[in-house]
Amino acid sequence: MFDLTGKKALITGASGGIGSSIAKALHGQGATLAISGTRREALEALASELGGERVHITPCNLSDLEAVDALPKEASEAMGGLDILVNNAGITRDNIFMRMKDEEWEEVLKVNLTAGFRLSRAVLRGMMKARWGRIIGITSVVGVMGNPGQANYAASKAGMIGMSKSLAQEVASRNITVNCVAPGFIKTAMTDALDDKQQEAISGRIPAGRLGTSEEIAAACLYLASEEAAYVTGQTIHVNGGMVMI
Amino acid sequence: MSDIGERVKKIVVEHLGVEADKVTDNASFIDDLGADSLDNVELVMAFEEEFGVEIPDDAAETIQTVGDAIRFIDANSN
Repeated sequence: MFDLTGKKALITGASGGIGSSIAKALHGQGATLAISGTRREALEALASELGGERVHITPCNLSDLEAVDALPKEASEAMGGLDILVNNAGITRDNIFMRMKDEEWEEVLKVNLTAGFRLSRAVLRGMMKARWGRIIGITSVVGVMGNPGQANYAASKAGMIGMSKSLAQEVASRNITVNCVAPGFIKTAMTDALDDKQQEAISGRIPAGRLGTSEEIAAACLYLASEEAAYVTGQTIHVNGGMVMI
Repeated sequence: MSDIGERVKKIVVEHLGVEADKVTDNASFIDDLGADSLDNVELVMAFEEEFGVEIPDDAAETIQTVGDAIRFIDANSN
């Protein structure tokens, strides 16, 4: 099950914790990858961890929209096609609403939502011709719940869900599915920085009693990328230990 | 021109799965041939590939009938 042999996937934000786990999961099932991110060294380390086979490094700063437009072509040429797009890259610029700067709002929307829109638009042509495609957005539980101090981030993540549902309806007849994965609290470098008391406070709000792992997010992604998920589109899979049930 | 016309009509027949005799110059892709807006995008992609022309979005929007497509390609291909 979930065999991706011969499939070609572009993953943004692959240098991060969740992104690198997604890369490993897809690669492990046979996919060829273009891994994108801002930190070339981290991408090179990931590529060598994957054994260097079936993996191409395509660094890109998603806040530079010209670079965003160039990325799908570069990735597609490197891999010889593009079947799966994982819009995983995201940034935060937290601030309470009344103090939030225009730049903080715009930068988060640009990287988290506009870049995903442009990348999705660019990859659709090839997917339409191939009559097969998978677009997966990594959103967040925050996009559904809201979170104080994260109005910009929550708006971008909610926007991604609405965008995906609309696109899913447009292209479903062409065997292209568009879905989201919404992580809850996941163990990353960011949560490792919290002290024990803070970590316990977070875990106390989660029925599963622990933080999630990036591998658990990657597993949901792998499912959505697979042939087996062909009849699933416009959905958001919540991977949050039961913190929110929708 | 006639060669372009035949190739355009062949693409339309194949893509939309319609009878060849319905694909006249005046046939509208959407009103007469049952295309939806996504079919139109795909037809434009197919024309671009077949004839090696680039059909920008604003031009694509003006291509409503089979004849519109033939005329655009005839004027813009080598």
